[in-house]
Amino acid sequence: MKLPYERPHIRKLTAGPPSKFGPRPGQQPVTELDGVPVTALAARYGSPLFVLSERQLRRNYQAAVRAFGTRYPQVQLAWSYKTNYLNAVCRVFHQEGAWAEVVSGFELEKALGNGVPGHQILFNGPGKRRADLLRAAEVDAVIHLDHADELHLLLELAAGLPQRPRVALRINLDAGTFPQWDRFGFNLENGQAWQAIERLAAAADRVELIGLHCHIGTFVLQPAAYGVAAGKLAALAQRCARELQAPIQYLDLGGGFPSTNTLKGAYLPGPDTVPPLDDYAEAITQALLGAGFRPDELPLLILEAGRVLVDDAGSLLGSVLATKRLADGRRATIVDFGVNLLFTSYWYDHLISPTRDYSPQTETTVLYGPLCMNIDVLREAVSLPLLAPGDLLVVHKVGAYNMSQWQQFITLRPNVVLIDMQGEVHVVREAETLAYLQQLEKVPGHLR
Amino acid sequence: MKLKPTIALSAAGLLFNPATGDSFSANPVALEILGLLREDAAPEAAKTAVLARYEVEAHQLDKDWDDLVAQLRQHDLLDS
Repeated sequence: MKLPYERPHIRKLTAGPPSKFGPRPGQQPVTELDGVPVTALAARYGSPLFVLSERQLRRNYQAAVRAFGTRYPQVQLAWSYKTNYLNAVCRVFHQEGAWAEVVSGFELEKALGNGVPGHQILFNGPGKRRADLLRAAEVDAVIHLDHADELHLLLELAAGLPQRPRVALRINLDAGTFPQWDRFGFNLENGQAWQAIERLAAAADRVELIGLHCHIGTFVLQPAAYGVAAGKLAALAQRCARELQAPIQYLDLGGGFPSTNTLKGAYLPGPDTVPPLDDYAEAITQALLGAGFRPDELPLLILEAGRVLVDDAGSLLGSVLATKRLADGRRATIVDFGVNLLFTSYWYDHLISPTRDYSPQTETTVLYGPLCMNIDVLREAVSLPLLAPGDLLVVHKVGAYNMSQWQQFITLRPNVVLIDMQGEVHVVREAETLAYLQQLEKVPGHLR
Repeated sequence: MKLKPTIALSAAGLLFNPATGDSFSANPVALEILGLLREDAAPEAAKTAVLARYEVEAHQLDKDWDDLVAQLRQHDLLDS
């Protein structure tokens, strides 16, 4: 019987001080995802392949509810549709009790199509059209007003509506983070927000102000910033009640909670540096509980969680297409998924695992996607075993944003499967075909 | 194609180039090939030996052989 083969490789040994982090642990192969062999997944559904874990989706949701719900009496999560609006994912969260947070007219329709009652849909976003506002009012979604033009447009539209639209005001504020996000909503510190609130209070016969919202950033690593934001929103809500007799029903602290992915340029890996969600819950709820509300006046706390609920529930299974050597001798590995599918490779140094045992030999490689574009670089340098064409890899924590921000570019988008609680595999989005891609195209008669 | 005669090669897969002070580690297949080259085996004979001993197709070995030669050249370990 012949010996297992591995391509011949020599590695230059470099002298120097030992790493203060100790020797790098060997890479453990990931042979299964939720109990399903990765080889079986690739054989049946192709490569590349997005794999979602229903078990992890539910686990994440329940952990978030537990983090906030054990600290504050009234908590509601609103699933951030843009993070991953595959209907199967949305419906898992809605089954768990999530409302929907949408940022466009089509996302609003998607949420309605997923059975979310209008009054449980929060409509954010800076680009709502007239038709979007009318549709949101029609289905009783809460319109989160982003700017003065939108506010005045809604006031104009509301005059002709049979019922008052319910609205919340988007507030941007200084929570101590840098850069301060000020593009969404009305600024608190310069008085814009209060001016808008007064305007809404004066038009209380046409619109009903029920909430205050802020979204201080994305992948925010400082829980204390949320405490500052919660305290400022609480104070503003109290001012509404005191000066305008306009009680605020809910405070929406937005999203921005990080996953444990490792940001590019980070010194330490994400799992070692990202605070647990409990730290955010503690900061927010302590600020609200200490703000001076009477117990029966505590507003509902809404959180628009996205990434933290879905990122680690998604994996990308892909294959090595080729290996080559670059001009300076560096190894390059070409895989069958590119930045068009793995959009988050622009932000993260994704953890990538082999799927079978290899020798302890590793080499540092540039990881390229299959696109004929120089920008198609998934990792500038990653230590991997001695890979060969056909070898399978798993990219971890890809559930957030990739399946919504992906692009059909050069290659077609692949199957997405969901592994359910019983380990059954379901295709939740079929691989695209050329016919699908061309169905909206029209060829003028003179070119036929 | 020959390894420089001054290159030291250990049974554990360590290479040492006394001319530059560089050290290298070789995986088992590379070590076997380097050992054959050290014994003046011709490339085709070395490949035949590897094909007989390891689970690999000839075309794959051909490609990997070229890559190994490129590595050896890059690190200035070949005689010519």
